[in-house]
Amino acid sequence: MESLEQIRDRLLARFPGAAVVLVINPGPAAEHSLLLDGTHGRDLALCLRDDPALQLDYCSNATGIDWPDKEIVDVKKIAVPDSAGGPGKIIEEKTRRLEPGYLEAVYHLYSMALRHGPVIIRLRTGNRSDRVTLPSLTPVWRSCEFQEREIFDLYGIVFEGHRDLRRLLMWDEFKDHPMRKDYVDPDDYEWEPTPHDEVLERAKAHYPPALPPEAPKP
Amino acid sequence: MSDTPSTPLPAPLPAAGNLSDAAREELRRHGILLTSLEELYNWGRTNSIWPLQFGLACCAIEMIAAATARFDIARFGAEIFRPSPRQADLMIVSGTVTKKMAPQVVRLWNQMPEPKYCIAMGACAISGGPFKQGYNVLKGIDRFIPVDIYIPGCPPRPEALLNGLIELQKQISAERLTGPGAARHTRLELPSEFPVPEYGAHDLAPPKNPKVWTPAPPLARPGKA
Amino acid sequence: MSCADQSGLDAEMAAALGAPSPASRAPAPLSPFSAPTVRAVKDPFHGDLLEVSMGPQHPSTHGVFRMVVTLDGEVIVKLKPVFGYLHRNHEKIAENTSYLGSMPYTDRLDYLCSMTTNWAYALAVEKLAGQAVPDRAQYIRVILAEMTRLVNHSCLVGFLFNDLGTSFTPLLYAFREREKILDLFESLSGSRMMCNFQRFGGCRVDPSPEWLAAASRLVDNFPRFLDEYETMLTGNEIMLARTQGVGILDAQKAVNAGITGPCLRASGCNYDVRKVDGYGFYPRFDFRVPLGAHGDTYDRYMMRILEMRESVKILRQAFKELPAGPVMDPKAKIRGFRPKPGEAYGRIESPKGELGFYLISDGSTNPYRYRVRPPTLINLTLLEEMCLGHTIADSVVILGSIDIVLGEVDR
Repeated sequence: MESLEQIRDRLLARFPGAAVVLVINPGPAAEHSLLLDGTHGRDLALCLRDDPALQLDYCSNATGIDWPDKEIVDVKKIAVPDSAGGPGKIIEEKTRRLEPGYLEAVYHLYSMALRHGPVIIRLRTGNRSDRVTLPSLTPVWRSCEFQEREIFDLYGIVFEGHRDLRRLLMWDEFKDHPMRKDYVDPDDYEWEPTPHDEVLERAKAHYPPALPPEAPKP
Repeated sequence: MSDTPSTPLPAPLPAAGNLSDAAREELRRHGILLTSLEELYNWGRTNSIWPLQFGLACCAIEMIAAATARFDIARFGAEIFRPSPRQADLMIVSGTVTKKMAPQVVRLWNQMPEPKYCIAMGACAISGGPFKQGYNVLKGIDRFIPVDIYIPGCPPRPEALLNGLIELQKQISAERLTGPGAARHTRLELPSEFPVPEYGAHDLAPPKNPKVWTPAPPLARPGKA
Repeated sequence: MSCADQSGLDAEMAAALGAPSPASRAPAPLSPFSAPTVRAVKDPFHGDLLEVSMGPQHPSTHGVFRMVVTLDGEVIVKLKPVFGYLHRNHEKIAENTSYLGSMPYTDRLDYLCSMTTNWAYALAVEKLAGQAVPDRAQYIRVILAEMTRLVNHSCLVGFLFNDLGTSFTPLLYAFREREKILDLFESLSGSRMMCNFQRFGGCRVDPSPEWLAAASRLVDNFPRFLDEYETMLTGNEIMLARTQGVGILDAQKAVNAGITGPCLRASGCNYDVRKVDGYGFYPRFDFRVPLGAHGDTYDRYMMRILEMRESVKILRQAFKELPAGPVMDPKAKIRGFRPKPGEAYGRIESPKGELGFYLISDGSTNPYRYRVRPPTLINLTLLEEMCLGHTIADSVVILGSIDIVLGEVDR
């Protein structure tokens, strides 16, 4: 099977306006992937499926990943000369900026006809709050149908073009997207018999009237 | 968990007045059976418990294994697993009860006719088990329905399920028809049906039934706040 | 079988009904727990249809699975599966647990086949961390995986015949064999079902020569059980009438829908991850991959029987060629296991299909993203297509032949 760079070049030649970026995967597994852009996602996917050299007719896995906002601290070292003529000082200027997070959908593609693979493609949303739409690849590979519904259910990515996008695993009235990193579980734990410190503080809210008084130390 | 139950079971009323067991045995050998209505009623109920075919997860496989030839739940009279709750008297909650499934479990419990019993089989049904840290996992089915027997294990062996069944049989045979220690189904003030929880926006509504379940108070640790 | 003849006409009708609804068509689908489980649905073309909710508590749904079927008489015109009744958020728990701490949770995914699920997870982590596995461990993994395949397929055949109505007798025979294999698993790993046996870099325990001898004896006797089972079941007229031509799955559609495992091979597509990826020393073993010709329920049943025979072949070879050596890589890090940042996708051929684990590591002890690719969930994609035009009794048999385990569907 040809390398990812060659696939990327061919896709860019076919769709000059598209953005196809090679994402290097560090680590020993060396499973690099192609980052596709949202507007041309489905066309690129159709191209990958129907291309006679690739024939990626089998989408094995469709996953969602949550990359939350990251606070990046830029440290700039500025040399300030000393007015008295002595050696200059070096001051660190820290600027904080918020790198916006995004939600990502990753697809693992294999070819059953030619028995090669995987080719991994990624699609990223604009941000985590209001621009969470991605093109659905279900019209291309039917196996994404339930998996995209699950990504919608657990992450909140809205797939355009999915014929039946509703929650898969949670009930329809559920409001949250549980697999996001900032999801907070409902507080319904049965607290363990010997809570202490902050667990005890939270436990006190659950127990009727007062806890039994502490036995005085002998 | 200790072997003795937390509330001691009342001793069964003597079935034959002041006659000793040896004398009863002697009479039985001659074809005369001396018993009490209570003992006969309990004997019938104990030895033909019909479980509901209600497997949720992994413990269900061990429940099915308990029904197969090697462990043979049939010798305890319980091999007829009924698919319909209207015909069953035991609900073995085997497996994790999720919040999505919890209204169904309560609905099924409501549909079972009295006298009915519940066994919580496996760690998940008792308290959420290994999946306790879960937004969709109900931390124990006893939050909504009363449970008679708890069988720990993950999954409990089929022999453990049979042990639980034997304990339930002991409990049933100690039940009276009247007076203190009367069976739950004879006491009309105790509810037989429980409210079914609804799906809320973040959790079930209500998350637990306070009449059925209160959290165990924390043990006091001397010297620690 | 007359159902197969009607299926063309009914597919047309079903297509007309399944299109997005204008106001005159059926009302909004049943909400998961509205009180009636059966209700009438008015359709201008076909009169009254009946919408039945089968499950989640139903003797034939293999766990807490729910199918909302719309019936015209007894014939299915629409089927919508509903999942999530066993969603135990395994993936979220894994983000808060170490890599090794997730191993017992993988047992509980596909709870009939814990050894293969363990292997799939160990494979994915070893790929992520670049961890090598010694030869003896690979052979032992193959032995345990093939024994698990025997367990799973005989259970499946037993449950399938339960669905056909034989009510327990074939299941008793299947569980008899299963108990023998579970005894071996218990003596090796400590637990019958939740074995928690594989580690990153090998296996937890080295089986003793006595264990290997007992396993070898069991494998040698297994074909006799298969012959007994087949004599009872395969040529049975009722079984043939009820499974041949029922639930036909087209190979092209199956590939596009991501169906894998015996369901795919019953439709004629030759894709077995053991042969394609060649993981775990499978290329050293001589075995065939059975293929079906029609893609109906009978073919899916025969796939399991034939695969059991091939598994016995693999096992015999593995016992003979098992090398000596360590079962755990001496350089494997058990405490403080922190794979380098990166991601990996490891997949195996589990008895149900292609089971994959997708892991993203950020360099800490817990995975950043842990994803199980469940073969059974994806195999259910075409359930509606397979059941349209058949009766409600056939839908139960079709579901049984797909072989679902809800722990894996819902995770």
